Amino acid sequence: MAEFTLPKNSTLIKGNTYKASEAATNVRRFEVYRWDPETQENPRIDIYELDMDDCGPMVLDAILKIKNDIDTSLTFRRSCREGVCGSCAMNVNGKNTLVCTKAIDAYPDTIKIFPLPHMAVVKDLVPDMTHFYAQYASIKPWIETQTPAPSDTERLQSKEDREVLDGLYECVLCACCSTSCPSYWWNGERYLGPAVLLQAYRWLVDSRDENTGERLDELEDPFKLYRCHTIMNCTDTCPKGLNPAKAIAETKKLLVQRKLG
Amino acid sequence: MLKQNSRPVSPHLQVYRLPLTGIISITHRITGVMLSAGLVFIVVLLYTIISGSESLITLQSLMQHWLLKLIYWGFIYALFFHCCHGVRHLIWDAGKTFDRETLNRYALIELAVSTLLTLSVFLFV
Repeated sequence: MAEFTLPKNSTLIKGNTYKASEAATNVRRFEVYRWDPETQENPRIDIYELDMDDCGPMVLDAILKIKNDIDTSLTFRRSCREGVCGSCAMNVNGKNTLVCTKAIDAYPDTIKIFPLPHMAVVKDLVPDMTHFYAQYASIKPWIETQTPAPSDTERLQSKEDREVLDGLYECVLCACCSTSCPSYWWNGERYLGPAVLLQAYRWLVDSRDENTGERLDELEDPFKLYRCHTIMNCTDTCPKGLNPAKAIAETKKLLVQRKLG
Repeated sequence: MLKQNSRPVSPHLQVYRLPLTGIISITHRITGVMLSAGLVFIVVLLYTIISGSESLITLQSLMQHWLLKLIYWGFIYALFFHCCHGVRHLIWDAGKTFDRETLNRYALIELAVSTLLTLSVFLFV
């Protein structure tokens, strides 16, 4: 059942403010969601003023600067710093994105950083991804075959067949799209969400996969697939420029086409 | 280790800035509910009309009230908006018009068409 307000233990309280030094002339304000599992306190918003003349250009640079220079307890995930690992997905000024590929200058004023929406928070900006990954595993994200493998080569694919996967294989499973989806917020336990459905479609249309029928059987479910109401938040927010909503629509089409024979 | 259920839920509606398509989507749902509820109102109107000239005259004077006029035109706009977005859904179901760059444009077209249709009712009916 949809709960539109935050539970009692999740409402925000005022946090600490860390002022920039008097000498700084180019100051930006960052408001960051904080929650420490070792205290009994509610989540709070800490305010950091950063000197932009002494900070890298990306939102991740600002977060790293806070951790390195101001508050070492700030906890977040990051790795590749170039948008290929999908670790640093967060909600910045109301939209989900990878903070390593998002420039601070893309925002006009104060930058507000929250963990991915409607997730259980492990600490600060780190959400619990267990369920998301379990859903990913449930769609069997690997090639399944019926025919024996060719003895002398790999299972090959024509250039055209490979092109079908463009716009799908680039997904880094950062979960920006799934956690932007109101349908996933209210029904995430049973609805697979845009990221996992885009992956499911990626295996449906892979010319080398021979288990399309079973994959479609699995998806033909009022909750797993059909909780998508084409709200389009997923496509709007994807930091890799992909189109999960279209992949879902194509999956629905495949199911209809199968029924019509 | 703390129990998992003590973990807070990260803010969602509280912080998420819905894009135009998202706003239109929730409006489609709200207008759907409103239009269904409005049907009851229409039944009441029809009943009033057929129950004699006296009640008809009362109804006529009632409908001059600005609030009822606003509801009346709101209902007509909601009807056209709901219809336009319904057509959008049909086109989407055919797998078309999903391109990121065009999403806002189509959303604006929906809003413009439903406004124009409401205006045409105002002018020609």
